[in-house]
Amino acid sequence: MPVHSKLEKFEDNWRTSIGGWSLEGKVVLRGKDVFTELNEKPWMEYLLYAATGKESPKLGRLIEAIWVICTSFPDPRIWNNRISALAGTARSTGVLAAAGSLAVTEATVYGLKPIKGASDFLIRADQRLKEGESLEQIIKTELKQFRSVYGYGRPIADADERVKPMMEFARSIGCGNGKYVKLAFDVDEYLSNTRLKYKINIAAVCAALLADEGIDPAELYNLATLSFTAGAMPCFIDASNQQEGGFFPLRTSRLSFTGVEEIRHWEV
Amino acid sequence: MTDKPVETITTKIWRETPEVDNPFAAADCFCAGYNVYGDLLKNASFIDYLFLLFKLQPPNPQQSALLEGLAIALANPGPRDHSVRAAMSAGVGGSTHPSALIAALSVGAGNLGGAREVFHTVEYWQHCNTSLKDWQQLIKNPPAEQRADVWLPMEHPPGFDPNGVSCPTPVKQTLAYLADVGKTVHLNWLQDNRQQLEEFADCPLAFSGVAAAALFDLGFSPEQAEMLYLLLRLPGAAVHSLEQEKLGWRKYPFFANGFKLNP
Repeated sequence: MPVHSKLEKFEDNWRTSIGGWSLEGKVVLRGKDVFTELNEKPWMEYLLYAATGKESPKLGRLIEAIWVICTSFPDPRIWNNRISALAGTARSTGVLAAAGSLAVTEATVYGLKPIKGASDFLIRADQRLKEGESLEQIIKTELKQFRSVYGYGRPIADADERVKPMMEFARSIGCGNGKYVKLAFDVDEYLSNTRLKYKINIAAVCAALLADEGIDPAELYNLATLSFTAGAMPCFIDASNQQEGGFFPLRTSRLSFTGVEEIRHWEV
Repeated sequence: MTDKPVETITTKIWRETPEVDNPFAAADCFCAGYNVYGDLLKNASFIDYLFLLFKLQPPNPQQSALLEGLAIALANPGPRDHSVRAAMSAGVGGSTHPSALIAALSVGAGNLGGAREVFHTVEYWQHCNTSLKDWQQLIKNPPAEQRADVWLPMEHPPGFDPNGVSCPTPVKQTLAYLADVGKTVHLNWLQDNRQQLEEFADCPLAFSGVAAAALFDLGFSPEQAEMLYLLLRLPGAAVHSLEQEKLGWRKYPFFANGFKLNP
């Protein structure tokens, strides 16, 4: 009986150029020896190389600043951090806390969806501008189709306090003057003057800064995967060091029940 | 083709035969000897199959009723539970649905009301069985870790709620029902000696304690009990997360006034 499965060619056969470890003790990442060619890289440059294959101290420094300034607020009320705080108060482990927080950062109102979405929007918008559409037309189409524009508007607060320090740092290392940054702030000017009053948030700023350095949405997504960890970890540590179960306990009256009022009986 | 031996997955749980046209697809799957899609699918209940997966033997009617009762008791810890709150935190931010369950597992894994507590409590049962004296001694002198572990040391007697005041009604109702339906030694002993144990522990029995006794009576190891406790509590996390996803972050507590940063 001949085998027809598309999987047959992969059986005991995984070919890759990304890298690996050999029994002889050699470690290779994207064709370079980790111990002799990549060993002096700062961790962020190593991550950049691992995620994209790009090598750039300037880009590494920019990404590092994005992580410090923009992505790791140590507030346990922020929903992804709250997982770590709850894990700490329930005496789970630090890695489980971080893994839970990390999984939850793939959110809609913050985190990975706006980060990747803003990059995708700016690149699409730039392409359509080149094709002759007006910015107003592009934004209106986006709003009509998706009811929001990734990178604009923010939960809880209106303006984003990270925009100014991030742009100041970016300019200090010679970034922030490219076409995507200009486009990002053009969109901000348009949207903040509509009835929606959406202001630019940090996702659009970071996406624009990195798009100007040649980072596409998929690369940005991969680079941002771990970026929230330094905010979540202290929330776990803090809750672990306080009384177990002490993180915002809720009495039963904190449930506002809006369902069926009557007492029903299960029929057997 | 290579002449090296083919690496295989060793298992007593699962056996498969291939489809005639595709060696990468199973035609028949057997769980502990039972044909899963030809027999169990039609004839077994979900709870019986769950028991079979862990124990490789079908449950007797009392074991089945006991696990069924425990599964109902644990299915929804309610929206104030830490693990469910973790799942709802995923929901309100529009996070992916699997992340809600990952969050619930991460938080519901712990020593306080979580699966690790059940693990430890089953170990206590293994050590103390139905000896009040042994329970008293173990609670008074809990085992100290000989070396550092990723798990934090227990801060309270496992199976009891350090923040409790008296044993909550649902815990008592669950213990009474499971002791009655399971007719097993340890649940009934716990039912008879709960108050004495609570005096030793200086805090009331918790759901984790009842679950551990039930899982011990069903013959599960501490590791199996830990896994089952994680699994059985996920339905509540799922539905509460989905509900809060629809309502959104604006209608979910943010504790804006409760958070106080020390100067």
